[in-house]
Amino acid sequence: MIENVSIYELLTLTTLLFFIGLYGFLTRKNLITMLMAIELLLNTSVINFVVINKYLYPDVLQGVYFSIFIIAVAAAETALAISIIINLYRLKTSVDISETETMKY
Amino acid sequence: MDFSYTIFILIIPIAMFLLLGFFYNKIKPAVSGWIGVAGLTAVAGMSYYTAYQYFFNIPKVAGKFQTFFGFKMNWMNYILPKTEDLPERFLAIDMGILLDPISIMMMVVVSTISLMVHIYSRGYMKGDRGYTKFFAFLSLFTFAMMGLVVATNLFQIYVFWELVGVSSFLLIGYYYEKPSAVAAAKKAFIVTRFADLGFLIGILLMGYYGGSYDFMELNNPEGFNIILENAPQKFMGISVITTALILMFMGGAGKSAMFPLHIWLPDAMEGPTPVSALIHAATMVVAGVYLVARMFPMFHFFDDGFALHVVAWVGAISSLIAAIIALTQTDIKRVLAFSTMSQIGYMMLALGVSEYDGHEGLGYMASMWHLFSHAMFKALLFLAAGSVIHAVHSNYLKDMGGLRKYLPITNITFLIAALSISGFPLTAGFFSKDEILVAAFEHNKPIYFITLFVAGLTAFYMFRLYFGIFWGKKTAYEHTPHESPWSMTIPLMFLAFMSIASGYLPFSEWVTADREAIHGHIGLFSNLGAIHWDMAAIAIATGLLGIAIAWFFYKKPTDYPAKISAAFGRFYKWTFNKFYIDEVYLFITHKIIFKCISTPFAWFDKKVVDATMEGIGNKTVDVSKLIKGVQSGKIQDYAFAFAGGVFILVLIVMYML
Repeated sequence: MIENVSIYELLTLTTLLFFIGLYGFLTRKNLITMLMAIELLLNTSVINFVVINKYLYPDVLQGVYFSIFIIAVAAAETALAISIIINLYRLKTSVDISETETMKY
Repeated sequence: MDFSYTIFILIIPIAMFLLLGFFYNKIKPAVSGWIGVAGLTAVAGMSYYTAYQYFFNIPKVAGKFQTFFGFKMNWMNYILPKTEDLPERFLAIDMGILLDPISIMMMVVVSTISLMVHIYSRGYMKGDRGYTKFFAFLSLFTFAMMGLVVATNLFQIYVFWELVGVSSFLLIGYYYEKPSAVAAAKKAFIVTRFADLGFLIGILLMGYYGGSYDFMELNNPEGFNIILENAPQKFMGISVITTALILMFMGGAGKSAMFPLHIWLPDAMEGPTPVSALIHAATMVVAGVYLVARMFPMFHFFDDGFALHVVAWVGAISSLIAAIIALTQTDIKRVLAFSTMSQIGYMMLALGVSEYDGHEGLGYMASMWHLFSHAMFKALLFLAAGSVIHAVHSNYLKDMGGLRKYLPITNITFLIAALSISGFPLTAGFFSKDEILVAAFEHNKPIYFITLFVAGLTAFYMFRLYFGIFWGKKTAYEHTPHESPWSMTIPLMFLAFMSIASGYLPFSEWVTADREAIHGHIGLFSNLGAIHWDMAAIAIATGLLGIAIAWFFYKKPTDYPAKISAAFGRFYKWTFNKFYIDEVYLFITHKIIFKCISTPFAWFDKKVVDATMEGIGNKTVDVSKLIKGVQSGKIQDYAFAFAGGVFILVLIVMYML
């Protein structure tokens, strides 16, 4: 718990972060930037877990554990995504999202 | 007496068919030929043993041969519900093996001819691509034909009837690269199927009004009155049972190539020659005769034998027409085909003029006897013709002549068969034909004269063929023709022996309508004692006249045949074109049925049924074209849709619930 900061302010922060991440994911054309936006989304959920755990159920630690899990999964996922992006770059010499539009009707 | 081993007469051929059919790529041709011959030898051995047991070792009861069952199984049961006129009845369809004089006689015929054809085919089909397949089909046919002759009831006979039809189809179309063979196979199948439609309706009528499919029950004379009481309905003056019998005879006429359903038989000669000998001369085409003989008590009893009169006249007309057409044909196999049709007409008319009891049942005996001896000499004629075709590689008389030096065995055996079919004294054909003539003379004079006339024609066209092939002009051959191998000549010699020997079998004692001996003579030459020499003299004279004319015309090349055919002019042309019966069929099917019925139906099918279905399909395609843009492939679009959807759901949950 942080002095003089209530749960509302923290949740407002994570909400803002979430929508920033979503906006980034929907509008960026660079795959790396989109990956960063996804990280942002994940981080908001991690913060949410910790905040809600700390403010509402200070006696238990599940939220904290979960945040660690999420960080680990996010790291693995990022490695995977990066490797895909690198392969795509080798194929197309570009990391632009418009290059990935071949899988359609 | 235990006849349960007779089930193997059916099991062996079907097992051979499955073996050769499934492994036909793996089995070497030489092996498959021997498998076929070995299997058929076993079948023939069992048939002969059964015949020996039945005719010699089993005591008759009250002077009559008894009926035995080698095997009987209840297959399907039906209940005919109670109606206003009829009580509730039970109808059973059985499968089984019925042994009585005619079925055993047919077993002997089928197994003998089939065995001979198997042996012959080992030589004739040598080097053919589908050698094993050919033997597989032959086994299938043997199975089907055996099942047909031992049938215990109408439905079993119908099932095997169709099976022989299928195997006939397969074997006619054996050279399937040849369009004419394919067309002939289709024609044979469709024509006989059409006839079998009548057969099926007849069977159903018989089951409903006769109350049974079982031959033993149907042909029991004591049950006829009950059937008549149960089936009083009349249609155009004849009882419904007689209608059923005539419809069943329609099926028989289709299989037996009786006028006007005979058109498939000449075309069926597209098949390999051993097949023609087995199926289209000796066994399958007499199935119709066998059917009438099997149902003979019913044919004889109902409406004073009206159905039997139909049989007699159809037979007489067919035999006359076929004999006339055979005079002018130039393809030797076609001559033999029309000759077959003519001789089957003989058998039909002999049945048709027969009565049931004692000496009056002579026609029945004569018909069965002629069936037996005809099977022998006609199979021989076909196999000999196959030997000739094998030597000169042509079916046409114009390519033959003077072959007697090159093919001595074929020459002699063909001559014996031709003498037998012409009714030359002391051959088998002489005895059986004599009985037919006597039966016809005693019961129906017009038919007798037709029969006598046809006998003369038969002798003439047979010897036209014989002199045309083996004497006549000296043809220069590209390759010197040579006699066929032993595998082909041994069956010829055996059948030549049978073409004479089957005249000395005591048929009048063994195979009669009421199963009692007719003449009462026993012994090798009893048939000679029973000959009606006054009748026989006329028949012999007619036959010899025919042979003499053929001798005069064809022994050396002369211009008489050309002159005579010119004198007949239009009639000759009509005959040569088989009285345009095929063209009539073509006209009816193409111009009337196809144009007036099939074309409108096809229009309806295309424009209404198909169009509806295609419309549904096309509309689906149109709609999917409209909405396929959703599947854009852009991840961000998907993500936007997903996020938007979640957002809306959240709103709904928050404000509406």
